[in-house]
Amino acid sequence: MREVCIIGCGMTKFGELWTKSFRDIFVEAGLKAIDDAGVDHIDSMYVGTMTSGLFVGQEHVGALMADYLGVAPIPALRVESACCSGGMAIHQGILDIASGNSDIVLVGGVEKMNDGADATYALSTAADQEYEVYQGITFPGLYALIAQAHMHKYGTTRQQLAQVSVKNHYNGSMNPNAQFQRKVTLEQVMNATLVADPLTILDCSPVSDGGACLILAPLEIARKLNKPIIKIIASEAATDALALHQRKDITTLNAVKVSAEKAYKKAGMKPSDIDVAEVHDCFTIAELCIMEELGFCEKGKSGKFVEDGNTALDGKIPVNTSGGLKSKGHPVGATGAAQAIEIVEQLRGSAGKRQIKNAKIGLAQNMGGSGASSVVHILKKLND
Amino acid sequence: MPSPRYHREIPQRYRLEAEKCKKCGKILFPPRLICPECGSKNFEKVILPENGKIITFTIIRVAPQQFEAEVPYAIAIVELENGVKITTQVVDCKPEDLEIGNSVKLVFRKIQEEGKTGIICYGYKAVLV
Repeated sequence: MREVCIIGCGMTKFGELWTKSFRDIFVEAGLKAIDDAGVDHIDSMYVGTMTSGLFVGQEHVGALMADYLGVAPIPALRVESACCSGGMAIHQGILDIASGNSDIVLVGGVEKMNDGADATYALSTAADQEYEVYQGITFPGLYALIAQAHMHKYGTTRQQLAQVSVKNHYNGSMNPNAQFQRKVTLEQVMNATLVADPLTILDCSPVSDGGACLILAPLEIARKLNKPIIKIIASEAATDALALHQRKDITTLNAVKVSAEKAYKKAGMKPSDIDVAEVHDCFTIAELCIMEELGFCEKGKSGKFVEDGNTALDGKIPVNTSGGLKSKGHPVGATGAAQAIEIVEQLRGSAGKRQIKNAKIGLAQNMGGSGASSVVHILKKLND
Repeated sequence: MPSPRYHREIPQRYRLEAEKCKKCGKILFPPRLICPECGSKNFEKVILPENGKIITFTIIRVAPQQFEAEVPYAIAIVELENGVKITTQVVDCKPEDLEIGNSVKLVFRKIQEEGKTGIICYGYKAVLV
């Protein structure tokens, strides 16, 4: 298996992109990534999108994007794993290069959520249609069920949940690509409109348009480029029961746990080796649970861990320096790719005001549904 | 939804029909073709108990279109007496009065309707006991 590096990346601003179409959003990100990498061709591409059929009535996305990116007739595949689609597109691209099948691969994701579709319904298709959605559950509802169980079992507080949103909005206020470049206070989060108790609108990631792409290449090609070498030292995925109620413990995201354990093993690392992490904070409770599954803190203690500032920009392990899904925005198919881009920026030292000093190893964790799929990437900056 | 899709789930939604793995005893709701615990493909039909406890719940205040008229409504994960967990609305109560640990019983109710000419969809909901 060949070793794989990230040699370029590009993304659109995330937000309500009324003047840009589904295809233009992806192509804009793709062209930026190709330009950043400085490559003159790509061999194949993988496009993550969760439910473009429901959002804009468009399937057959691989071919469409290859056409509009001007790279047809290369092979192009759409990858779908709900909100984990972007991360899984990266995973597929890595396998393509590692196997020796392709050299230069474009991976990424896109979602156009603001074109008039019922976003609550479209997103709910990532849950069990017959035994969850049929009963009237929503995605904020599913994560609210996890939050209530976590609060009941471990004493996690409403304020600790809100702290995740406050932190991520603070980070996002320094990200020019973020949908919400503004800070929020604990009081604002806790007193905002309830969506599904105990979660308010400021516990929830927004409905967003956006695209993000990366260019992957084998290590020997990356070495010839005159820029920092960002190597992917682990890319591991896992699954769990689709329906939340089918899981043994409602507060455990086992797919995250398994994908992280496999990734640490592959990289020969432990949680304390990670300098910076981007995680799937689709709802504030998700970031708390993920802290536990990634091994950043003990099971049940994530509330206090975040409250004590351990995951802030100047904390022990800065988490979601980009603003996370909460503040940067969550165009579901693009999210996994955008997370990897933030880690690349941090390792390159080009993250501006959000820069973590001397970041050498970063982790990106992308998740689908209420946690039924997860992929973890660990990136390392090689010595020049 | 297409009527065959609705029809296929009627044994579960109307009558709480489940399957018990003949090899390891795990109860599967809804039934599956293979047991996720032991890989067996041999099952016997069992009926779920109607009584259980709320292990977590929330109050939905922003709903998909077909449930918009019902907000706010409570949804819980209920663990039935045989250990099977299901997602269900909890009705005939003030949602704010619910607590984790409450005892509930499943009853047969209308769940949703598909506009003026579509299927009226039924199934189970929980009430406090």
